[in-house]
Amino acid sequence: MSESVIDKLAAGDHARTYANYDRPAWRRILLNQESFVVLLLIAFYIVSCVALPNYAGPTTIDFLLLNIAPFLIIAVPEALVIITGEIDLSVGSIVGLSSAALGLAVHAHLGIGAAIVISLVVGLLCGAVNGLLVTLLGLPSLAVTIGTLALYRGLAVGLLGTNAYSTFPAFWTSLAGGDVIPGAIPTITVLVVVLIAIFAVLLHFTPFGRGIFAIGLGKDAALFSGIRVGRTKLLLFVFTGFVSAIAGIYLTLQTTTAVSSNGLGLELDVIAPVLLGGVSVFGGKGAVPGIIGGVLLIGLIQSALSFAGVNSDGVTVVTGALLIASVISTTILAWARRRRPSARSRTTGA
Amino acid sequence: MTATGMPHRAGFGAGVGRVFRARETGILIAFLAVTAIATGVNPTFVFSTDGWRNLLLTPTLLILLAIGEAMVIITRNVDLSVGSIFGLSAWTCGQVYLAFPHAPIVVIFIVGIVCGALLGLVNGLIVTIAKVPALVVTLGTLYIYRGIAVLWAGSNLIDPDNLPSDFQSLGHTSIWIIPKLTIIAVVVAVIAGWALRNLRAGREMYAIGSDPAAATLYGLRTRRRVLTAFILSGALAGLTGVLFLSYNAGASSQSGSGYELLAVAAAVVGGVAIFGGSGTILGAVIGALLLNTISNALPVVGIPDVWQQAITGALIIAAIILDRVLLLRSTRKLVIAEEASHV
Repeated sequence: MSESVIDKLAAGDHARTYANYDRPAWRRILLNQESFVVLLLIAFYIVSCVALPNYAGPTTIDFLLLNIAPFLIIAVPEALVIITGEIDLSVGSIVGLSSAALGLAVHAHLGIGAAIVISLVVGLLCGAVNGLLVTLLGLPSLAVTIGTLALYRGLAVGLLGTNAYSTFPAFWTSLAGGDVIPGAIPTITVLVVVLIAIFAVLLHFTPFGRGIFAIGLGKDAALFSGIRVGRTKLLLFVFTGFVSAIAGIYLTLQTTTAVSSNGLGLELDVIAPVLLGGVSVFGGKGAVPGIIGGVLLIGLIQSALSFAGVNSDGVTVVTGALLIASVISTTILAWARRRRPSARSRTTGA
Repeated sequence: MTATGMPHRAGFGAGVGRVFRARETGILIAFLAVTAIATGVNPTFVFSTDGWRNLLLTPTLLILLAIGEAMVIITRNVDLSVGSIFGLSAWTCGQVYLAFPHAPIVVIFIVGIVCGALLGLVNGLIVTIAKVPALVVTLGTLYIYRGIAVLWAGSNLIDPDNLPSDFQSLGHTSIWIIPKLTIIAVVVAVIAGWALRNLRAGREMYAIGSDPAAATLYGLRTRRRVLTAFILSGALAGLTGVLFLSYNAGASSQSGSGYELLAVAAAVVGGVAIFGGSGTILGAVIGALLLNTISNALPVVGIPDVWQQAITGALIIAAIILDRVLLLRSTRKLVIAEEASHV
């Protein structure tokens, strides 16, 4: 009797499942959320190309890559934070604050090089503050980053007020908005690919990366097996702050404006695709291909909708709905997976 | 273990000592200090008709949102969609007035509250049935509800001409020297505070927030209580929308945006621990008063009000750190007491 209640509680302790090696390899590879997202991505692209006249072709891809670059830059480190069971809601505000720092530094005639360094340092510091509050003081990252979401945005608003700075060197703005393959691949995509490659190797091919998964699956077990939990989490928050600053610099240069509202609400655009791409919000699960697939899918849906004439607020509704759909689908998948073996192996139902 | 801010019943002597140790007292002192400083710089901050009215009237919206947010946080959840529910409800009520210009005020209140409660119900159902963290769900509905309001409203506005004069006067008139909206907020706060402290449902919310697994093992109906908290939070956000429509004499698609952060901040600053299971409605109300008064006082003492959001953020973080320190201290005390009892 009490057994079944405990079972229920354990079942409620979501998605803390390890890779299921009793299934054939092809099933493991094909039947998971990552491949589902990638298949959906391809299907959606084909449908958009057929249904929307003039949508097919390199120009829309060029715009798509240009638009989603900031989300792609932040998504992977944010996903690593989520895999450890934490969350960083302050990324949009870090983008805003680093953008404000860049604008102010350029306005103060410090030179673009120094301004970029200052902006990156601001991002590092923001991430470090998040990380130290979470690891040193043991505070819940949800609460901390709701606080810093308001704090960093508030600093940007306080520093810039209603001013907008838009005097950036033409070389840098055209670099940020330009193409490496004209009309097809934007320059920023090169940086995006390099950053994603670095974090993909870090997550999937290093002891540090395996530590990230271990922390998410069980913090105490990770601690006892010698993983430096605090240091790992701190580094991940710092990485996230740093890439948010890169995204902030890119966004400022690409739009040639530093205003206090840069990156407002960006956390949704980052967290929704990460969760859609198969990263469990409870930690311990996720892979880089799924994350990229998630960002591309949401970016593609947004691009197709706005191409079809739906305004940006309609797009926001769809993004919010996709976020909820993605978390619910994970729960349903986990529930269905639990249900099948339990029906076979247990006689007394839970 | 996490019973720091939970109301206990005790004798009078213990009661006096508790008043001075209570988390709420610190915030109340901070509130009085801010008010005193601002009044010292500019006496009209309190001692003028406008100043007095501002002091009481402007925090009412935030107080109502903070009460609902406090209930949700006490059950170890969070509701980030209150600002959007507020906006959508205000817009819905405005549309009712456009269609039926002579609708009675009571009907408008019911429409706003029911609209908010339904939106809260959606949040609560997703959280309890799909067992998805409230943070993610309400982050999603924050954008969905706001997006619906924007799609519905576009760039249209509800302006004073669309609203009957008796509805508008509700937001600006007083009974004696107390604004009517303040009276509504106080009544809601007293009822909510009493219910959370004395009713079985209220006590169970604390139990669920302290330890959800233990609450389930004990046989509490966790889902139903969490669902109730979300519905109440939504209903209060809907009520806030109605009051905003009256006070502001209008609404737009952006009404109430950004209020979710203020509501969470008010509750957390007022001692409602983000880990759930502790805090009081009184604390959340004082937290809302403090935040609102700080933003009113900033221009008076010569700080540009663009810094208001930064101060809100800093206060949230300070409050979380303070709660952690208090929790560690009370845990240590419990351990010492237990060791002493073993001797």
